[in-house]
Amino acid sequence: MSELKLNELGVIAQIEESPVRKKLMEMGCIPGARVQLVLVAPFGDPKAYDIEGYRLSLRENEAKTVILE
Amino acid sequence: MSSNRSIRRIALCGNPNSGKSSLFNALTGLEQKISNIPGTTIELKRGRYKSKKHSYEIIDTPGTYSIDPKSEDEKIALKIFEPDHPDYPELIVYVADASNIKRHLFFFSQLAQRGIPMMLVLNLLDISEAKGVQIDTERLQNELGIPVVATNARKKEGIAELQSIIDGKAFTSHYTFYDNTSEVEEVVQRYSNIDKLVDKTVSIQSKRELLTQKLDPILTHPILGYAIFLGILFIIFQSVFRLSEYPMGLIESGFDVLGNSVRSVLPDNWIEGLLVDGLIAGLSGVIIFIPQIAILFFFIGILEDTGYMARVSFIMDRMLRGLGLSGKSVVPLVSGVACAIPAIMATRTIGNWKDRIITILVTPLMSCSARLPVYTLLIAIAVPETSVWGVFSVQGLLLLAMYVLGTLASLVAALVFKWILNFDGNRFYIMEMPIFHPPRWKSIGLTVLNKSKSFVFEAGKVILLISLVLWFMASYGPGEESTFEQTGQIEQSYAGKFGKSIEPAIKPLGYNWKIGIALITSFAAREVFVGTMATIYSIDSDEPDFDLRNTMLAEVDPLSGNKVYSLATVLSLMVFYAFAMQCMSTLAVVYKETRTWKWPAIQFVYMTALAYVASWITYVLAS
Repeated sequence: MSELKLNELGVIAQIEESPVRKKLMEMGCIPGARVQLVLVAPFGDPKAYDIEGYRLSLRENEAKTVILE
Repeated sequence: MSSNRSIRRIALCGNPNSGKSSLFNALTGLEQKISNIPGTTIELKRGRYKSKKHSYEIIDTPGTYSIDPKSEDEKIALKIFEPDHPDYPELIVYVADASNIKRHLFFFSQLAQRGIPMMLVLNLLDISEAKGVQIDTERLQNELGIPVVATNARKKEGIAELQSIIDGKAFTSHYTFYDNTSEVEEVVQRYSNIDKLVDKTVSIQSKRELLTQKLDPILTHPILGYAIFLGILFIIFQSVFRLSEYPMGLIESGFDVLGNSVRSVLPDNWIEGLLVDGLIAGLSGVIIFIPQIAILFFFIGILEDTGYMARVSFIMDRMLRGLGLSGKSVVPLVSGVACAIPAIMATRTIGNWKDRIITILVTPLMSCSARLPVYTLLIAIAVPETSVWGVFSVQGLLLLAMYVLGTLASLVAALVFKWILNFDGNRFYIMEMPIFHPPRWKSIGLTVLNKSKSFVFEAGKVILLISLVLWFMASYGPGEESTFEQTGQIEQSYAGKFGKSIEPAIKPLGYNWKIGIALITSFAAREVFVGTMATIYSIDSDEPDFDLRNTMLAEVDPLSGNKVYSLATVLSLMVFYAFAMQCMSTLAVVYKETRTWKWPAIQFVYMTALAYVASWITYVLAS
């Protein structure tokens, strides 16, 4: 998901195992969810994604664990 | 007709930004109080209201995304859903943002399995309508098997309907979100069942562009974003300084009048001293902070409530991450320039304990307003009123340098603590960016009121106690009591003796015992330095027009014949005041926020050690 370009859309395939995996999933990052990169902070990190209708901001290394289809 | 006279307990639950607090305020009005769960910093807001049928106690639980606790705070707050807990509710009113129903139903789905009767409130209808989201509440009600109410808590729409449903029969949900028999992962299964439910009951008409989508690119812009943030900070600090001047002056003169009238009524004895110089002076030292606390929290309240704070964290996170801080540390750090007390109280928004504790530890290094009178006096002694290139005043530049010094010190200290402190748990930044909405003045007002109250009643106790100890030390001396009373010299008091006894320790920094006394009394508050110096020097002075600056400038050391307040001594003293932990109110607030004396003790020791070493280096280099 960290490789999405601004305004690019994607669909989540899976979340890699990590200490924040459950937290990410509870926040709606689950397989099948539609995501869109909507904002990039200065210096390129963190980024904000639209996840099924709301905005979630994540750091680069957290977004990396979300694999898109 | 029989009526149940007992009080029914309702827990208000939901995700952050669900409008839960608005609903709580709409239901309870001013009938609310904040209480800490014993032994913790977790606050539960409790409120009461009466319907025609029953009395209710409503507990506003902290906004949470999941029943699986991510922090110690959440863990304790979620304990109320265990059957043997004294606050176990009879009914859960779950508040969900109608415009973002999927994610808001996740925590709902977890609570629904607890067997506690529930009802679902679909809040923020105006936003969901703007987003074009239509919800078939009747269908949703049938699917879930519990009452579903649509409200707009900000405009108090749907509140009467909600109250009448609360009075009615309670139900537990029969919808299956998760069954343990399935092999599918729990979170995935819950969401897939939520999806099925939402597909049946929610339709999205059109996707209109919201205000948020227009504002976000501007507020997070690499140049405009920072410029706007700086502009807002500028306005806030101007207001904190300017607007608090008048009430602070009023409080000061009010206590002066009170002190003088008590003095004129009572005979001149120790009771008068205890009341006027101990109790009244101590109380005034507590109350004086209220204007700054109230004004700062008013502005922070607006920034939080509108959703702007999430944007500030977003643009600052990258810069602060390397220092062991997070984007959420910005507001406390910057607020520290006004006063560390409200700044430390504001660290509650930092979810991660390590980030929060580091922020608390380093915030008092930011140059607060209490240092200003000290710097003003010392700078006037240190450098003349000349200007560089005819524009910048040298005194102004030195003052600016002190602010830069404080800021750099707090950032470096954060970096050091990041290395030293080992905490379990991951540092993550998974944060919702809420939709912008206009500030809710009532809830901001209540926050200001509650923050001021909790400062006065909790930190105030400690401040008052230490004030009394300091009064005693400055008013009484060892040996024959009469010696001290006859001479009236502070030199003979315990504080004076103490100043003398620490003289060898502070000599390397360039200080004499008089400065020693001021250092000790400054532990009440830094600005006390000026008052103490005035007291010490005015006692020795016979001149009718006493001028502290000139008196201090003129003083020579009887042994060496050198000036006491040389440039080296004054600079060393300024560095000492920049770094030393000389504010018992701050320590009291750190104790209150961390619930242990460990952190205030660490803070006191590291700051004082830093101050000592840094002033010594300054003195050696400058002399």
